[in-house]
Amino acid sequence: MSTAPLHDPQIDAATPLAIKVRDLTVAFGDKVILDGLDLDVRKGEVLGFVGGSGMGKSVLTRTILGLNAKQRGTIEVFGADLDTLDFKARKRLERRFGVMFQMGALFSGLTVKQNVQVPLREHLRLTGRLADELAMLKIELVGLQPDAADKYPAELSGGMIKRAALARALALDPELVFLDEPTSGLDPIGAAEFDELIATLQKTLGLTVFMVTHDLDSLYAACDRVAALADGKVIAAGPISTMLASDHPWLRNYFHGKRARQADAAARPQLRAAPPVR
Amino acid sequence: MPQTPDFSSAWTDNALYFRFAGSWTVDAARALQDRVDTLIAEARGAAQAVFDLGDIERLDTSGAFLIDRTRQDLNGRGIATRLERVRPEFQILLTEARYRTFPELPEARKNLGFEIAADVGESLVTTGRDLFNATSFLGEVVTTLGRTLLTPSRFRIASVIFHFEHFAFRSLPIIALINFLVGGIVAQRGIYLLQRFGAPTYAIDLVGVLTLRELGVLLTSIMIAGRSGSAITAEIGAMKMREEIDALHVMGLQPIEVLVVPRLIALVLALPALTIAANTAALFGGMLVAWGYGGITPENFLTHLQNAVDTSDFWVGIIKAPFMALVIGLIAATEGFNVSGSAESLGRQVTASVVKSIFMVIVVDGFFSIFFSSIRF
Repeated sequence: MSTAPLHDPQIDAATPLAIKVRDLTVAFGDKVILDGLDLDVRKGEVLGFVGGSGMGKSVLTRTILGLNAKQRGTIEVFGADLDTLDFKARKRLERRFGVMFQMGALFSGLTVKQNVQVPLREHLRLTGRLADELAMLKIELVGLQPDAADKYPAELSGGMIKRAALARALALDPELVFLDEPTSGLDPIGAAEFDELIATLQKTLGLTVFMVTHDLDSLYAACDRVAALADGKVIAAGPISTMLASDHPWLRNYFHGKRARQADAAARPQLRAAPPVR
Repeated sequence: MPQTPDFSSAWTDNALYFRFAGSWTVDAARALQDRVDTLIAEARGAAQAVFDLGDIERLDTSGAFLIDRTRQDLNGRGIATRLERVRPEFQILLTEARYRTFPELPEARKNLGFEIAADVGESLVTTGRDLFNATSFLGEVVTTLGRTLLTPSRFRIASVIFHFEHFAFRSLPIIALINFLVGGIVAQRGIYLLQRFGAPTYAIDLVGVLTLRELGVLLTSIMIAGRSGSAITAEIGAMKMREEIDALHVMGLQPIEVLVVPRLIALVLALPALTIAANTAALFGGMLVAWGYGGITPENFLTHLQNAVDTSDFWVGIIKAPFMALVIGLIAATEGFNVSGSAESLGRQVTASVVKSIFMVIVVDGFFSIFFSSIRF
């Protein structure tokens, strides 16, 4: 395949599912966003989720997280149907999630360190030295300078906000991480580091990552599988080779556009020798 | 449920052997801390310690961090440490989440007297700066207003009407209601007290003069400060937070012209109109109470009211209204522009806006009272 496998190679169809979405329909008024959508996310994989703007990628994420109401269908996370869970079980399940919102959604009245400590403090009643050290560890892990810890979100750049949001999402070492466009707004070096970080965490912690992204480099470098959303359904899912082979017009455009060829060329060193197409 | 972290210790040769077990994850962070402290206490006096990680079920960054911290702690005490049976994925974790000291931030610990003095000084400077800002803001608004009036094409009539609807029509019910009630209360108290002197009809003078000169405009202004002033601050503040104000700037638009002037004009038009409605409601309330409680028929009430109040009483109230509107609008807009990045500061500025404008409304009302009595109006 095109990428050197950084991840555990044993993920296959037999791996248990982390997220199982069946026949999901979400509509706002008359406008149907998701129409009978099926999606599998296997445990321990990084799933890249692509789709045009306004197609409902974020709606799906929000619905899985329980932030949107759905009209029909079932969502199972770690084998538990979200509809049948009682409040406590649901909260316990949500503890295993880490969510990084597109705009960061950092608490504006708290410093970066305090933001990272919110889950530690609220869920584990952890304060004092250990809480400080764990927060600083997470801040360093995501590649922020230690002096960013005492800054407020308004004082951070866009890329720093992304990293701080990831640090907060990882505060409790979650099993399932939702990332909404994690690399948008990062410089290419930062984005590459980010992809590497995701890969490392996934390898060491057995993390399952659901990543909404437009970054083709991320798809090549960090994702085990890719799922594509169009017309309210997952039109294709599989490793990137499946995507490249698909003849769905939107996918062809997406993966064979000009930018895609550049990312592909970067990912496949042997192509660099070939003369540039067009 | 995750298993708690644990370890067992045993001596082999001259080394202390720690066999780690259970899951060393953040869920058990408190237990982790506790176990680690015990381990360090047990290791005291040993020359060499071996950490056997083979039986750990789960390890995450927090656990790895603590294990590495413990190891380095022991090293620091002159105890040599060695790791055994480390799974490859744990090795990566231990490297990624290795213990490192984070630069200590200088703690600001000063003595109390010094801090109080510093706080007082700071608030003095802030007050001065507030005054300066308010003056410069007023100047900016006046110039913009002047320019807008000179070039009618820049006048945002649609925006003015939109805000007028919100400030005037949508607050009409609540303002009419509170004034109706207050008019009734004043009438009831007046009739009750003046009955002792055998002159309950003078309660009508009380209601008429008090409402027209003071209560109508004051209650309306306070209500508008709370209702519309806070809304102006919140709107402008939220726009400031999301860089929308900056967006206006770079498009070559003046935020004051676009945001402040229409709201200010709408307020200046709305407040006198609301005051008239408030006066009517209060007098109506007074009339109903006088009828029901004091037995004064509406015809008698109106005849007496005509003699009791003068048009000057009406004008005193109405003249004040636009000035109140100006005070509320300017304070609300200034506070809105003072919002910085955080949600907390938005809340703080909205509070400040309402408190300051109600306070200033009462102060301005006091000045007007002095002014009108010295010119005997």
